Amino acid sequence: MIMPSRARSVATALVGTLALVLSACSAAAPAAPSASSAAAGSAAPAVSAAPPKVALTFYFPVAVPGPITKIIDGYIAKFEAANPGITVKPVLSGGYPDTLTKIQTTIKGGGTPPDVAVLLSTDLYSLVDSGAIAPLDDEVKAAGGDTYLADFYPAFLANSRYQGHIWSLPFQRSTPVLFYNKDMFAAAGIDATTGPANYQQMVDDARKLTKPGTTWGLEISSDGIPYWLFQPFAIGNGTNVFTAANKVTFDSPKVVQALQDFVDLPSKDKVMPSGILQWANMPNDFVNGKAAMIWHSSGSLASILAQAKFKVGVGYTVGRVGYGAPTGGGNMYVLKGIPADHKAAAWKFMQFMSSADIQADWSIHTGYIAARKSAYDTAAMKDYVAKTPQAAVAPNGLQYAKAELATHDNAQVQKALGDAVQAALTGKSTPAAALQAAQQQADKILSAFKD
Amino acid sequence: MRRHRQRPSRTSALPYALVLPTLAFVAAFTLWPSVRVVFDSLFTQNQAVQTPVFTGVGNYASLLHDAGFRQVIVNTLFYAGVTVPVSVVLALLLGLELDRPLRAVGLHRLAFFHPTILPMVSAATIWLFMYAPGYGLVNVFLGNFGVGSQNWLGDPQLALPALMVVGIWKQTGYFMLFYLAGLQGLPREVFDAAHIDGASRLQTLRYLTVPLLRGTTLFVTTIAVVDAFQTVDQIYIMTGGGPTNATSMLLFDVWQTLFSFLDIGRASAMSVILIVALLVFSIANFASVERRATDE
Amino acid sequence: MSSRRRPRSLLAWVGGIAFSAAGLAWAIPMIWTLAVSLHPADEPLSASNLWAGSHPTLDNYRQAFDIAPFARYYLNTILIVAGILCVQLVTITLAGYAFARYRFPFQNVLLFLILAQLMVPSSALIVPNYTTVRQLHLFDTLLAVMLPYFGSAFGVFLVRQTFKTVPRALDDAARVDGAGWIRTLWHVYLPPARPALIAFAISSISFHWNDFLWPLVVTNSEASRPLTVGLAVFTQLGEIGAQWPLVTAGTVIVVGPLLVLFLIFQRQFVDSFLHSGLK
Repeated sequence: MIMPSRARSVATALVGTLALVLSACSAAAPAAPSASSAAAGSAAPAVSAAPPKVALTFYFPVAVPGPITKIIDGYIAKFEAANPGITVKPVLSGGYPDTLTKIQTTIKGGGTPPDVAVLLSTDLYSLVDSGAIAPLDDEVKAAGGDTYLADFYPAFLANSRYQGHIWSLPFQRSTPVLFYNKDMFAAAGIDATTGPANYQQMVDDARKLTKPGTTWGLEISSDGIPYWLFQPFAIGNGTNVFTAANKVTFDSPKVVQALQDFVDLPSKDKVMPSGILQWANMPNDFVNGKAAMIWHSSGSLASILAQAKFKVGVGYTVGRVGYGAPTGGGNMYVLKGIPADHKAAAWKFMQFMSSADIQADWSIHTGYIAARKSAYDTAAMKDYVAKTPQAAVAPNGLQYAKAELATHDNAQVQKALGDAVQAALTGKSTPAAALQAAQQQADKILSAFKD
Repeated sequence: MRRHRQRPSRTSALPYALVLPTLAFVAAFTLWPSVRVVFDSLFTQNQAVQTPVFTGVGNYASLLHDAGFRQVIVNTLFYAGVTVPVSVVLALLLGLELDRPLRAVGLHRLAFFHPTILPMVSAATIWLFMYAPGYGLVNVFLGNFGVGSQNWLGDPQLALPALMVVGIWKQTGYFMLFYLAGLQGLPREVFDAAHIDGASRLQTLRYLTVPLLRGTTLFVTTIAVVDAFQTVDQIYIMTGGGPTNATSMLLFDVWQTLFSFLDIGRASAMSVILIVALLVFSIANFASVERRATDE
Repeated sequence: MSSRRRPRSLLAWVGGIAFSAAGLAWAIPMIWTLAVSLHPADEPLSASNLWAGSHPTLDNYRQAFDIAPFARYYLNTILIVAGILCVQLVTITLAGYAFARYRFPFQNVLLFLILAQLMVPSSALIVPNYTTVRQLHLFDTLLAVMLPYFGSAFGVFLVRQTFKTVPRALDDAARVDGAGWIRTLWHVYLPPARPALIAFAISSISFHWNDFLWPLVVTNSEASRPLTVGLAVFTQLGEIGAQWPLVTAGTVIVVGPLLVLFLIFQRQFVDSFLHSGLK
């Protein structure tokens, strides 16, 4: 029954007043992050003689399922315990694109950006163009310069350098890898110790594994960000798809050949379903036995192992010549325009989060590749690799990895390449024509940026 | 005793004060932004050109020459052109059926109407799953008829129709209710007379029911068209505009151009085009209603 | 008469079957979603294992609550919807009363300006409105989600129409008794307008509960994020791939209460949708 009107209007008015009051309170809170947020993180009350705490705001996107916020909270608690003068307020800001947009538009709108954020390694040029981030040269020099950086995997640092500066530290990185069903390999008489060594071998293997109606030899998705799973074909063919922040090589002969290789898989070799496959469905197809091999993020290892009822092998993605892969994932950046003590505190936080122990723990729990080599020497990681040997494959593959596609106006340029890949895969256009169109489009976009 | 009865409020500020809050909000969030968006559309402002540079109709010209944008317009018109008639006709048929004494009327009404109350993003999530290759229910169902598993959201030919199904699924129940209400308001005598005169069911439908429901039809069609032009949620969740722009529609493109590509000038121009399209439709709709009303 | 009945009943019979089949088809997606949300996460979904799996479990719900703050999203959504509605009820009542009851210079111009909102949907104005929110430093607040909707042209129109039907005599009687405009409004005009206001309330609530694009644009964190954006963020956990039991559990968490409420208040919902005439 409907409530009597008077009671209903009173209730509405009460709820409304409450709403307005609460919304005013919550409106005040995020607009003034520093003071009130100290209560959120640390438990230590401010002692009268102690200097005022530096309160950092840390934006991080979530790209993997799991209790990520809990893990991050744990790291922050450890950091705050070791650094009593600093508190960190973590903000889960959506996905990578959302986080980037929010930060860039904050700065454009004259708002207060966070102090430190995890953003895609490829967002570098966009961030520099919009004046959003601060270089870390002085900080890195003070930490040991090149010696300090040497412990990071060079492939991961590739997207951190621009105009002679260092702009970010790798934090949650990945590469595409090739997952293969060892049981199916054995049944087809293929040596399952390692994955295929090059494109031709991959095709041969896939042909043996394809059983029309039940199993596809190979599945490589091309929705979402199609350029990422296309890059291995190019890198494995000896060339990357770009050479500088304002120069792409989409229509170079080797890249065209790489796209033809990709297109041949469903059309000529018939080892893959035709059309645009969805990233989200690949692990499911693999563990269901519908695909004997898939290309997917190194970070999918844990969930695949949890579901697969067969022996899972991890190999490298390949092109004609041999192994090749782009890197992926996010780096930590310090934002520009924050006070000097904030920058110093943020750098401390970055160093902590990219330290060997934290990186090892982060990698074990999320599946990202640890950003530095010494993380693989920690006891925790050694134990983990002993139990899950497949986890060692991706870091070893970093020697074959090159930079992920990153240019000015990144999103549009990536879309141009992605559209070309999709156009070729759907037969709308030949690889050469599609890539030429993409090259022209990218050139037009990039011509506005002088490097 | 005060005598206010005959005093008009011409000198009183009261009505203005009463209207002011609404006017202020509408001015701030509808009127001023409408002007602002037109203004911004005349400037180039993007990642390469951070301070706005006047370009007149430059953004519009660039959009017209862009094959991708033309595709977006085509997609939007195609989507509206299919979902609107299909939902409306289906809603009428369902309403007719529901109008008769049936068993389990409430259950049927629930089945058809419940998608309306769901947020579109949840409907899209459900259908994203329905369309999964292999085990998605759509493919499993069609498999019973010998149709092989299709890659609905990954095939440029099938993706937009797949989104159309979601739109129709969601809104038909809503329109059905309006037809139900309309049907229940129709005069019984007319139908009894037709029955006595020997009209067949089809004739009754065509010459009596449909014309009498014209007001309802106009109303739901208007809502359907305006909604179709604002399709975003399904695209965001299910396809991201792909494959190769096959499912990109106007409002989604506005959002992507501003928030992914940070091109304010271009996004403003697209917004203006959207506003103009809706205005043109509203005016044409209104004019045809007026004309019909005077004809009657 | 009987000869006319027979062919009709055959057609009606076929129509009835088709109708029930359609009803089933319409309901299946939600039913399937519910079933899969109980599917154990480590059992892969396949054509032969489509429903709740070998041992249905509530673990997915536990995990979903672990990953995303659905309770917070619920609170945000309720606050947003209630806040918008309360302010709307005040603004539309006042403005509707003014337009219905008074004559004043430029009233038609002002009415036209307000009704212009019906022509230009807020979704077409996200670009400039976003800039406005930024300039007001209200980004990522509940208030930012609510602000553009505080003025409702539809509401003003509805209230004005409703108030116009109130007989002048009642109004004059109140005046004679010495009532000022507030008392007149409260005692004479509002009571008969109750059904219209309830209809408006339901349409406002359902529109803003399900709004996605604008909150997507102006929220950034769980401080202000409502259910729709929360579900989208939850669904888009990118690097790994679709974990359908988890995603469907999240979906059920978001829509479950809505469906339950709808089941209970079906009649009222349906009636008000019919009266409201707009989403």
